[in-house]
Amino acid sequence: MNGLRTALTELWGLFVEDGRYALAIVVWLLLAWRVLPLLQLGRGWNAAILAAGLLAILVESVLRRARH
Amino acid sequence: MPIDWTHAGATVLAAFLASLVECVEALTVVLAVGATRGWRSALAGSATGLLALLLLMVLLGHVLTRIPLHGFQLVVGALLLLFGMRWLRKAVLRAAGVLALHDEEAIYRREMQALREQGDARPGLDKLAFAVTFKSTVLEGVEVVFIVLAIGAGRADLLWPASLGALAALLLVVALGLAVHRPLARVPENTLKFAVGVLLCAFGTYWAGEGMGYAWPGADWSLPGLAGGFLVVSVLCVPCCRRLAAVGAKEPAR
Repeated sequence: MNGLRTALTELWGLFVEDGRYALAIVVWLLLAWRVLPLLQLGRGWNAAILAAGLLAILVESVLRRARH
Repeated sequence: MPIDWTHAGATVLAAFLASLVECVEALTVVLAVGATRGWRSALAGSATGLLALLLLMVLLGHVLTRIPLHGFQLVVGALLLLFGMRWLRKAVLRAAGVLALHDEEAIYRREMQALREQGDARPGLDKLAFAVTFKSTVLEGVEVVFIVLAIGAGRADLLWPASLGALAALLLVVALGLAVHRPLARVPENTLKFAVGVLLCAFGTYWAGEGMGYAWPGADWSLPGLAGGFLVVSVLCVPCCRRLAAVGAKEPAR
């Protein structure tokens, strides 16, 4: 049981270190997937906005961590 | 199916660099265990771990190539982004001095001290040595398996280049380990993590976009463009983080 818990904790740790950061990535992916097509910007724009959002999340997270 | 080298080159590079980082970390533990409790059990644990990983990779690779591509690309892209953006964030913060750099020599000394405190190794197979190297190899190796499968599985023809990249890194680290018998402390781990983080983020964004059904401007050539974007933004973040951390450190003294 302990071994399983350790394995699951390790597996979780591969993807999530800062909960807020991971949540922001997941929420942005969901928004980009479900909401961007409704704006009818054109498929090339959707891809570019998806990438820009991820870059913004990275910048916000590292600056927030550096500040504290 | 012919290999598309726009993707395959980046795939080999990402798998090689990521595997290099993980193999160096696993080697440090194997060396510490081998030097304190004997090489036979240490190497047996590591070899068993490698076999378990190989089995896992063959099983998962077999299953993954049979899943419908679009939904799968989205899931793999999301997981790659969670994984890669975690690496890139940490690499930026380490480069800026906000987080401490990974120190293989210090880890090596700590491991050796902890193992010495467990008493002398028993004759025959030493269970502690076996367990420690098995665990270390599997834990570091699972990350390699994930990276290889995730960057390679977006297209079935990329699994081989990704596997070759990982295998080349493993062979290089084993050869260096045999030659120097010391932790590979001079490997610029954070620079490698930075590069791998950038590549994983680029792949993750690309696969996620493909999975959502979006067309990338420039098609396959958007992959180097994405890598360039993540690299430039991350590099620019380093001095900003350094300045913010310096300001934060001064504030309590006021």
